Amino acid sequence: MLRRLGGALLLLWLVLTITFALIRLAPGDAATFLVPPSATAADAARIRADLGLDRSVAVQYARWLVSLLHGDLGESFALRQPVTRALADALPVSLGLGAASLALTFLVGVPIGMWQAVRRGKPVDYALTLITTVVYAAPSFWLALALVAVFTYGAASWGFPAALRLPAFAMRSPGGEVHGWAAVADVIRHSILPVTILAAVGAAGIARYARSSFADVLASDFVRTARAKGTKPSRVYFRHVLATVLPALIVLFALSLPGLVAGSIFVEAVFAWPGMGRLMVNAITARDYPVVMGAATIYAALVLLANVAGDVALPLVDPRRRE
Amino acid sequence: MDIVALTILGALTVASVVVPWISHQNPLAIGDVLRLRLLPPATTDVNGDFHLLGTDRFGRDLFVRMMLAGRISLAVGLVGSLLASGVGTIVGAVAAWVGGALDAVLMAVADALLALPRLVLLLVCAALWRPGLSTVVIVLVATGWMGVARLIRAELLGVRTRPYVDAATALGASSSRVLWHHALPNSLGPAIVATTLGVGNAILLESGLSFLGIGIQPPRPSWGNMIAGGRDLIVAAPWVAIAPGLALIATVLACTLLGDTLRDRLAGEAGGTLRERA
Repeated sequence: MLRRLGGALLLLWLVLTITFALIRLAPGDAATFLVPPSATAADAARIRADLGLDRSVAVQYARWLVSLLHGDLGESFALRQPVTRALADALPVSLGLGAASLALTFLVGVPIGMWQAVRRGKPVDYALTLITTVVYAAPSFWLALALVAVFTYGAASWGFPAALRLPAFAMRSPGGEVHGWAAVADVIRHSILPVTILAAVGAAGIARYARSSFADVLASDFVRTARAKGTKPSRVYFRHVLATVLPALIVLFALSLPGLVAGSIFVEAVFAWPGMGRLMVNAITARDYPVVMGAATIYAALVLLANVAGDVALPLVDPRRRE
Repeated sequence: MDIVALTILGALTVASVVVPWISHQNPLAIGDVLRLRLLPPATTDVNGDFHLLGTDRFGRDLFVRMMLAGRISLAVGLVGSLLASGVGTIVGAVAAWVGGALDAVLMAVADALLALPRLVLLLVCAALWRPGLSTVVIVLVATGWMGVARLIRAELLGVRTRPYVDAATALGASSSRVLWHHALPNSLGPAIVATTLGVGNAILLESGLSFLGIGIQPPRPSWGNMIAGGRDLIVAAPWVAIAPGLALIATVLACTLLGDTLRDRLAGEAGGTLRERA
């Protein structure tokens, strides 16, 4: 267990080193990426001295590692605040969006996969395979635009009832007069479209995976035995099959976490939600490299955290893997 | 299912090559904007040209432009995935065959790069380099080799214990000959599946980059930047954004179905008699 943690930390170090190397390897002077273009000559000189840009790469690396360990990720050019503050503001939004989507993804995707596996080869299976593969193949930003066209603009011009007219911009309605529970309801209404898209794409992927896993297990001997003993089908599916597939699903859950945060990049960009994805996209457009590298570092840390969580969860769920 | 997939892909490839070639409408030229812009699908304009999918904001025929974009998106997807798999195969083969410290280092780097979500890595690289076609391909390769490397390495480590490998070595074949001539050809199965699925993935990623403005740059059309161009027209002229998306879906769908069928065939073979070329 400690070995796993050590391995994860080693990977994190390697990832951070790679992000450090990427900036140094990019064409042009590293200073273009790390010194804001609007800095005065005195500021620029100070930043260069701080980062050691005039010294050797080894010195730069050492300085950068030390500042990283202090939690200093640099200062954003465009936002004029420490990168850590910008990330701290954005991360909860993305995590909230991601958590809601992930929950829906598994709550919808696993039953669909189970249903398909049980009715394998029947028309229902083919229809669902087609639907899940189409949704899986559709780019999330296009789905976002299509849903906005229908539920925001279409709803207004075709006269949908007010409940179905969904907002397409930002996390809260402008104006800020709502407080308390009404504010919560407002955020939830604004989140319906983004969460639906993320959950749909995620559920399509999970359904595909769950279908093949379930189908494999359904064909195995112990399931035949259970059926031969006369066990109720529902007990077979849940007690025996689901329990066998659950470890793999839990690992998939842990591994989906970072993918979800990354997948939300497009959704946040289209719906203008102030999360990590939009922060990163705006930073890229604005050539705000400290934020770009900081966000990439956070993503890497999230992935490694999710991997460790998956490794820890596996023996808990699957008794065969306990040492 | 695979017949359907191959038909879709074949039709799209042929259309994307042929349609811009034979059409007299120039998808890159901006002509009489005011009279030609934002015509709905299946209309004929004042010059007598028929527009199957309408026109965009600059009066360019959407169908021809979409097929031209298809050339680029398909090419980038194919080349990106094939090159990435090529690099991954070499890295995985070297890691498995040489073993030891080289193996540990290569796999550590692969794991570290896999730790970053591929889209994030793509965005970082695209931000650091100048956006454009070659950047997209290079970045797709740089972020896509890891999966195939791990697959090849795992297969090779299994194949290494097979009797025919021992036989070849006993007959005096050099280590590299055993690798390239005997072991590697029999380890390619999962990698081929991954490459096929990777084409669809690469097309989606390239369209995502182009949508955000850091992939293929206009006026060169790509399905991604066409969707971005139609984004603010979603109310007035939804077909500008919807049509390229449908083409994207069809392509990625076909690639995914093809990959799934290949995987099923492969699993079937492995379960039954594994016909290996000794």
